[in-house]
Amino acid sequence: MTGTLQEQQATDAAQAAAVPGRAPAPGGRRRRSGGRQAARWVWGVAGILLVAVVWELYKWLAPADGVLIGETRVLPRTTDLAMPHVWDMLARLGEPVTRAPGANVLWLEIALAALVTLGIAAAGWLVGVIVGIGLALVMQRWRLAEWGLLPWIIVSQTVPLIAFAPVVRSWGSRVEIGAFEWQDWMSVALIASYLAFFPIAVGALKGLQSPDRIHTELMKTYAAGYWQTLFRLRFPAAVPYLLPALRLGAANAVIGAVVAEVSTGLQGGIGRLLIQFAGQASGDPAKAWAPIFGAIVLGLVAAGSIALLGVILKNYRRVEVTA
Amino acid sequence: MSTAPTTTAAVRVTGVDKTFETRSGVVHALQGIDLEVAAGEFVSLIGPSGCGKSTLMRLIADLDEPTAGTVEVNGTSAAQARKDQAYGIAFQQAGLLPWRTVAANVALPMELHGPSGAARRERVADLLEMVGLSDFADRYPDQLSGGMQQRVAIARSLAEKPSILLMDEPFGALDEMTREKMQTDLVRICAETGAAVAFVTHSIPEAVFLSDRVVVMSPRPGRIQEIVPIEVGADAARDDHLREESVFFEHVTAVREALHGGSAASTARGVETR
Repeated sequence: MTGTLQEQQATDAAQAAAVPGRAPAPGGRRRRSGGRQAARWVWGVAGILLVAVVWELYKWLAPADGVLIGETRVLPRTTDLAMPHVWDMLARLGEPVTRAPGANVLWLEIALAALVTLGIAAAGWLVGVIVGIGLALVMQRWRLAEWGLLPWIIVSQTVPLIAFAPVVRSWGSRVEIGAFEWQDWMSVALIASYLAFFPIAVGALKGLQSPDRIHTELMKTYAAGYWQTLFRLRFPAAVPYLLPALRLGAANAVIGAVVAEVSTGLQGGIGRLLIQFAGQASGDPAKAWAPIFGAIVLGLVAAGSIALLGVILKNYRRVEVTA
Repeated sequence: MSTAPTTTAAVRVTGVDKTFETRSGVVHALQGIDLEVAAGEFVSLIGPSGCGKSTLMRLIADLDEPTAGTVEVNGTSAAQARKDQAYGIAFQQAGLLPWRTVAANVALPMELHGPSGAARRERVADLLEMVGLSDFADRYPDQLSGGMQQRVAIARSLAEKPSILLMDEPFGALDEMTREKMQTDLVRICAETGAAVAFVTHSIPEAVFLSDRVVVMSPRPGRIQEIVPIEVGADAARDDHLREESVFFEHVTAVREALHGGSAASTARGVETR
């Protein structure tokens, strides 16, 4: 008996090894994917350099007044005012914000503002995750809710953000429940969550609906209830759909937070600096670009945090969905 | 495995009809089905595609409800039997959860109800040994071959020591060599657990090799055409030698003739004669 069992396990091992692309020596696999990882970084940096080169080439070759067709300017002016040199923009980051004594270095000022915005965006993203997954749960549970809610969820995203940001702020200022007082940053977070919940709701719904019939029927034969099926089957199966949705939601939350800061005039965040430094662009053109770079880095950090989540949940991504 | 009927049948199907409403009209999937599977008995359902054998299996598993008639499992209704976890089930696809290791997949039914802690770990280890996959407990399903995945699914179906096993073409997707090995394994496992088995298959030799009785079904509407008892003799063990004995071929012929309505010349669609 034991003899045949060992024999069988030997053939099993051979079978497992013979399955193409499946679990060869784990070390070899990691090394190969490590090389690919490095290549991705190299190409990413190359992409950024290419943008810088194109920028400088255009600035050098195109006429100072830009390219005009008739009266219409189709390509921008190439003056230092409109398009500062890449190195000027970078150098400006290392100089103080103003000439006032004791002023912060520009990059530090940008980083501090970005952190404030990141915090607000994170709060908005969290609200978006809760609302988005909540809506997806309701829509998955009741087909009728899906028919009733999904059109409204889509319509909600067609409302221009700029239009209702001040409305949210003025409503918020009237909210006062006991000791709780509505803060201005909460309005911004709320608007960020408004943009963030949409991809999360759609992605979570698709993920919760993703289990195959064989799996839902298996849970049925186990006499598993709704909650057991939800936690043992639907949520784990939804992870490959949820991760890209959460990443989109994070990027949306950052955009929402920046735009809402601009339109509600909230102090301290990067949105405010965008407006403030743009106003000083005639005297200090390179400075206006600093908050833009800050906003880009902010979006990358937000999306990157989700990638970290993906690494933690890697066992749930063994059947990665494409697209 | 004994065919002796006991007081409570494992499965008793009485006068069952099943119709489906489709866009092109009503389809009679099953008509007038009467079938009894005794405790510890191995019964195969065989027939061409569309004869309703999988539908019958789904009725027994309470994944569908009969249009007319009754399905009793372990002396209770099919719904109650499902809630009581009276049966274990294995489908044509292994249906393993890809994010769980082999051991965690086998443990799934026990997480929902059943032993916990050390008792559960011990049971998982026993089951994996039974299907010969002890060394693969920490692998993930995508690291296993199809035959190994199917063995995990069978271990999972046995997790709660069910007195009834429902198997819907569990070896259908496997190559012939793996398939024969799995059949031998299944005979051994059934002998060890004493479970009654209802087994859907397309393969005549598979049905003959495994079963105490082979239920031959015919399509449109699905009904039982004939029940062929398989008597290999008291001393003949169901092992690989059986496949080469004349009694085996006699029964294969008997089932084939039953399938073809008495004339062995015509071929029924969807039935493998290998």
